[in-house]
Amino acid sequence: MKTRFLSLAGLTQLLIALGMGLLLTGCGYNDFQRLDEQTKSAWSEVLNQYQRRADLVPNIVATVKGEAAFEQDTLTKVIEARAKATSIQVTPETLNDPAAFSKFQAAQGELGSALSRLMVVSERYPDLKANQGFRDLRVQLEGTENRITVARNRYIQTVQAYNVLTRSFPNNLTAMIFSYQVKPNFTVANEAQISAPPTVDFNKK
Amino acid sequence: MLMRDFNALVSDVLRGMVALALGMALLAALPAPAWSQDLQAIPALTAHVIDQTDTLNAAQRQALESKLTVFEQKRGAQIVVLIVASTLPEDIAAFAQRVGDHWKIGRKNIGDGLLLVVAKNDRKVRIETTKALEGALPDLAARQIIDSAITPRFRQGDYAGGLDAAAEQIMARISGENLPAPEDRGQTRKSGSGLNWTDLAVFLFFAVPIGGRLLSGMLGRKLGAAATGGAVGVLAWLFTSSVLIGGVAAVAGLLFALVTSLGSLGRGGSSGWGGGLGGGTYGGGGGGGGGFSSGGGGDFGGGGASGDW
Repeated sequence: MKTRFLSLAGLTQLLIALGMGLLLTGCGYNDFQRLDEQTKSAWSEVLNQYQRRADLVPNIVATVKGEAAFEQDTLTKVIEARAKATSIQVTPETLNDPAAFSKFQAAQGELGSALSRLMVVSERYPDLKANQGFRDLRVQLEGTENRITVARNRYIQTVQAYNVLTRSFPNNLTAMIFSYQVKPNFTVANEAQISAPPTVDFNKK
Repeated sequence: MLMRDFNALVSDVLRGMVALALGMALLAALPAPAWSQDLQAIPALTAHVIDQTDTLNAAQRQALESKLTVFEQKRGAQIVVLIVASTLPEDIAAFAQRVGDHWKIGRKNIGDGLLLVVAKNDRKVRIETTKALEGALPDLAARQIIDSAITPRFRQGDYAGGLDAAAEQIMARISGENLPAPEDRGQTRKSGSGLNWTDLAVFLFFAVPIGGRLLSGMLGRKLGAAATGGAVGVLAWLFTSSVLIGGVAAVAGLLFALVTSLGSLGRGGSSGWGGGLGGGTYGGGGGGGGGFSSGGGGDFGGGGASGDW
């Protein structure tokens, strides 16, 4: 009888330990840790690729400057946009601060559109188009833009998983206790522009 | 009268439940989410060379296929050539990225895969590299291969020649990279299925002592031990699909439950491997077939280059 009682006590202890373990996993605490790390590493990859683009810009600018008659306006816009984008300090807290996040995103978006404008304009300069150095830079810029897209997509997906976890029951209670907040995600900068139908005017050239 | 109403109610409820179940089954059977309807479907990964446009004749396809197969056996890197009619509405880079993300070609833990996509009607071609091969084949090199090997030949309609020359250059590039040599195919298979075994062992480690105590408490010592043994056996059998291992695990579980319920082991957890051991020793069956399959390790980060002709 005594051994029986002992084993029952052992059993309850085991069950309590198991229950606490289940409670910890059931409330999603570990999932929060996992997904939080995942969003951080996905974000690092995004930064990494943005940096890669920023590093390419001086080379592109130098090559384009060789073209004497190049549109100065386009060129200065690129230089300014790069300066603005690289001047924004990005810390891990940026991820949890929607205002800083959207500021960063806007600056990068500006650099992206300034660069693509530069590439479009460069089509008008046959010498520049034939320049092997410029063509190489173009390929690299294109590859970098692709990588940015991929990195951003992955960040969007991990943040989505994190946010779903944060907002769904019962994990939202855990999120409240440990003050985990919904993370900001990438949006399209010029949503209104994109959703408006394009105007086609053949008279103007 | 009341009885009839009750019967009607029951049959109504039953009918409703059947309808609900049918509806749910239908929902589950629906393919991919709606947004992917407009995009090009990702082809099944069946070979190193997948030609949806019948551009290559059987001999050309076979020659390229065997070249890439030999290269994979020798070097380990997986190169896949995909020829589609069009990637529209997507850009070829986006399409290649999507295909790469889905196929994940490249060895596990190494991730050396490369995807060459030709969109014939769009007259676009793209070399998409995994992160592991971005060093061996930087974007500029990929562009160079497209410009020197593919574009001139494709312009003349020599698709097989262009792809062959590109494959040669790509293979030369990858050979120059110091990647680990390929290992025996059978070995990688075994380590791939290893995860289930540890999962089972860990599960049994906790489940056997607890379940054994519970069952012994409810059914008495002998019956409870027998039930534990039976449960362990069935689990092991389900995981391994081998009756022999199931039997061994069942006996181990039975003995373990008997011993613990005697009370002599106190807390019990420490020697809980009894049930798990049955599972841990044997490497799963699994068909090693000769066909081509993705290594599953490739991570496409957007590297590579596109070109047109």
